Amino acid sequence: MFDIPLPAVLAQVTIGLINGCFYAMLSMGLAIIFGLLNIINFTHGAQFMMAAFITWIGLNQLGPWLGFPELQLGFWASLVVAPLIVAAVGMGLERLLLRRLAHLDHLYGLLLTFGVALVTEGAFRHGFGVSGQGYDPPEMLQGPIDIGFMMLPRYRLFVVVASLAICLATIWLFERTRLGAYLRAGTENPRLLQAFGINVPVMITLAYGFGVGLAGLAGVLAAPIMQITPLMGGNLLNIIFAVVVIGGLGSISGAMVTGLGLGLIEGITKVVYPEASTVVVFVIMALALLLRPAGLFGRET
Amino acid sequence: MKLDILGAAAIAAMAVAGTAQAQGISDDVVKVGVLTDLSGIYSDLAGQGSVVAAQLAAEEMGGKVLGKPVVVVSADHQNKPDIAANLARGWFDQQQVDMIADFPTSSTALAVMEIARQKNRVTMLSSGVATAVLAEKCSATNAQWTVNTYALAAGTAKALLKDGKKSWYFITADYTFGHSLEKDASQIIAENGGEVKGVSRHPFPGTDFSSFILKAQGSGADVIALANAGADTVNAIKQASEYGVGGKQTVAPLLAYISDVKSMGLAKAQGMYLTEAFYWDYDDRSRAWSAKFFEKTKKMPTAAQAGVYSATLSYLKAIEAAGTDEAGAVMARLRQMTIDDAVIRNGRLRADGALVHDMLLLQVKKPAESKRDWDFYNVRAVLSGAEVYPAPNPACPLNKS
Amino acid sequence: MSSTLRLFWLFVAAAILVPFFPQIVYPIFMMKVLCYGLFACAFNLLLGYTGLVSFAHAAFLGSAGYVTGALMIRHADRIGTEVAILAGVATAAAIGAVIGGLAIRRKGIYFAMITLALSQIVYFLAVQFRWTGGEDGLQGIPRGRLFGLVDLTSDNAIYGFTLVVFVAGFLLVHRIIHSPFGQILRAIRDNEPRAISLGYDTDRFKLLAFVLSAAVAGLAGALKALVFQLVSLNDVSLHTSTEVVLMTLLGGLGTIWGPLVGAALVVGLQNYLATLGDMVTIVIGLIFIVCVSFFRLGLVGEFLRLRKSA
Repeated sequence: MFDIPLPAVLAQVTIGLINGCFYAMLSMGLAIIFGLLNIINFTHGAQFMMAAFITWIGLNQLGPWLGFPELQLGFWASLVVAPLIVAAVGMGLERLLLRRLAHLDHLYGLLLTFGVALVTEGAFRHGFGVSGQGYDPPEMLQGPIDIGFMMLPRYRLFVVVASLAICLATIWLFERTRLGAYLRAGTENPRLLQAFGINVPVMITLAYGFGVGLAGLAGVLAAPIMQITPLMGGNLLNIIFAVVVIGGLGSISGAMVTGLGLGLIEGITKVVYPEASTVVVFVIMALALLLRPAGLFGRET
Repeated sequence: MKLDILGAAAIAAMAVAGTAQAQGISDDVVKVGVLTDLSGIYSDLAGQGSVVAAQLAAEEMGGKVLGKPVVVVSADHQNKPDIAANLARGWFDQQQVDMIADFPTSSTALAVMEIARQKNRVTMLSSGVATAVLAEKCSATNAQWTVNTYALAAGTAKALLKDGKKSWYFITADYTFGHSLEKDASQIIAENGGEVKGVSRHPFPGTDFSSFILKAQGSGADVIALANAGADTVNAIKQASEYGVGGKQTVAPLLAYISDVKSMGLAKAQGMYLTEAFYWDYDDRSRAWSAKFFEKTKKMPTAAQAGVYSATLSYLKAIEAAGTDEAGAVMARLRQMTIDDAVIRNGRLRADGALVHDMLLLQVKKPAESKRDWDFYNVRAVLSGAEVYPAPNPACPLNKS
Repeated sequence: MSSTLRLFWLFVAAAILVPFFPQIVYPIFMMKVLCYGLFACAFNLLLGYTGLVSFAHAAFLGSAGYVTGALMIRHADRIGTEVAILAGVATAAAIGAVIGGLAIRRKGIYFAMITLALSQIVYFLAVQFRWTGGEDGLQGIPRGRLFGLVDLTSDNAIYGFTLVVFVAGFLLVHRIIHSPFGQILRAIRDNEPRAISLGYDTDRFKLLAFVLSAAVAGLAGALKALVFQLVSLNDVSLHTSTEVVLMTLLGGLGTIWGPLVGAALVVGLQNYLATLGDMVTIVIGLIFIVCVSFFRLGLVGEFLRLRKSA
């Protein structure tokens, strides 16, 4: 890559960071769920995909379905509505199925959520086919702007700002507020927390909803960038997984830092040796785990 | 004397048909199996539509050939060669299937071709487009009916080179099909005085193509060629327009089916050149058949699906002409026929299994030009088979005799 | 003779009859069940009896298949089939030693994740190497001659051979489980600190179990390559690794018969579902959900539990 001019390198780094923002947002949700429910949420990719589909449906299908062809749910409305729907469905899933596995080995939660992911993907494929749907960014965010060393699409700039804000807000919520303290205490010693008069099961459900909601938010943000297909989340899941493991399962700020970092490394690999841009993530994961047993930011228990 | 001639003619006729003459139709049924991707990434371009297409061909023959019923069966190979091989063996050994069609992905096609050759049954590839099936692993009982990567690349590349677009950059899916497209296109570019400025090979499937697009943009190449398929192609085109690729640079997908253009929308796809074996709105015959297809599926057929129809129809006609469903005799008949139906024009089946026929050079319409749904392309040229098909590969033993 | 073994020989006797009645049980189907059954037995040795979750088993199955297949394609006229199989098994065992050696340094979910990461690297290599055929895989693998004498080309010959190898593999796993070594493995599964305090070097035992499991998985892979005469990327993919988890879980974790029953069920389902169109993934997903939620012991496990309580 030494023969590549500096602006081109800067541009590739920027692109890596944009992808890193998605990884960060998605893996934070996974980390929260693992930290509080002790479950590896294999459904995360499917929930991300679901939100993107809801966004598309809101704009193109909802009106005709309900008999009001003019009714449209735009991008900004979807940004609120879609994550809420995904979170609600997720909480139902937690109540009905996941709760029963709380005391078992990780393996069972992983397999159950894997099954749910298959069903969800299959259902969307049955309903909408595999070619997928396109979605345009909102009018005011269309077109690229010149940031000196590259033409950056306005929408991508918006994604960076929005997702960094969401990530930082989440960290603040979990590490600086009383609610976050309760949540963290809930994982260490649920009985004690119960004794303080806090309804732990409800809190756990809410935490799952929150983690899944983050995936939903990422899904809405991804809709104008990626083709909306039933498999869009499944393809990302391996990387997200690696991010959480490298960052340390359950570490929220670790997930954010690692997500951005891996986006960067992946971006650079795409320049130097593109064929390996997926596998590089796993090489780093294996190395990281060997050198730092509980992940870069995790604590060994 | 006269008797002698008659006798000689009779012997000659029997020799042509071989021992199969006595067999007629094996098991009193002609079974066509459609082995395709019913649940995965290729299920929109092939999938259930391919099954419907085969059924339409059977219906057109009145559901019978030589007085025996024609039955269409289908299965999902999930793009996995071992599942495909397993299903094919079961079909051949237990269910009297005589011919298997479609095969998205070259790995499933190669696996089943080998089994069909051993068991003397026919395979007809429609969505299986890699040129690998015409090389070392070619089979006498196989036909690559619809198209191959070389013809696809040749159509689009030659048109763009003629427009003066000489320098190319490839964004290639890092698997057999992508490599095949890239290799075939590069050869054509080199032969026609163009140059390849660079290649980015991305893992399959990819999600974000930004960095490759940026590199391609930076290379200053006239053409950014996409040697990938399906969602990868759609994503790359979408993201290219996001980064403002355009003006002097052209994005050229080397394989895009009508289902892909449908899903990316004309606004993003407009102006692009692409090569296809079939477009539903080409002439009255293609429109009439496509209307029948649309009635059953509510979609217009892709070239892959239409190819399954043409392959099945020609196969059944060849059985009728040969008087038997023995694979060797049917293939010999197919090689004598000129294929001309609603889908394939001026088709001649070569010894190595390539069906050489006319291809269409298409350009995607502007949204304003499109009068209704599925009205996507202007036909810019009809390319004769000789123009776009590769020369027979000496690596294929069938090309030696 | 234990009741398990008596039942096993009964099963073998029934399996011998299969080629004579191809309309009742299709021999190719049976061979697939035997290959995957052996594969699942190998996996069960690790998960069911040692308590280690591996997502790398496809890497063992596939790498052995690739080596056996590539050797047969190039040298079938010079070497006996048994040499190619042994080379495949040795490759799987060697990769098992590397992956296992790295992974046993960590515990629980981290162990599983390291196996996942390393198996993705094996997959990447299979895509990149030329001799693996990339995405096309290896096709038309000759079955060759056993010891240079017995021609395995015919379907009946390969069926007999598959059955013999399966029996050998199954009995080996059975033997391991019931040996003193197997008891130590179970002790580690149930309570590792206690096993350590008893003076066992648990890491060494875990590594040995991992390598054995990889070798048997490799045997299944080599056999599968010969039976179907092809090896593809699917054999080294994460998908196959999750499939073997499903087989083992569906049949019954930590039971002798579970993996075989699970393999038969999953292979049968695959064949049946192939004609079902786009509902495949939904049905498989529902099976996962129902199995994990209600039948965690698996079919054989639940059966044993019912018999015990009756």
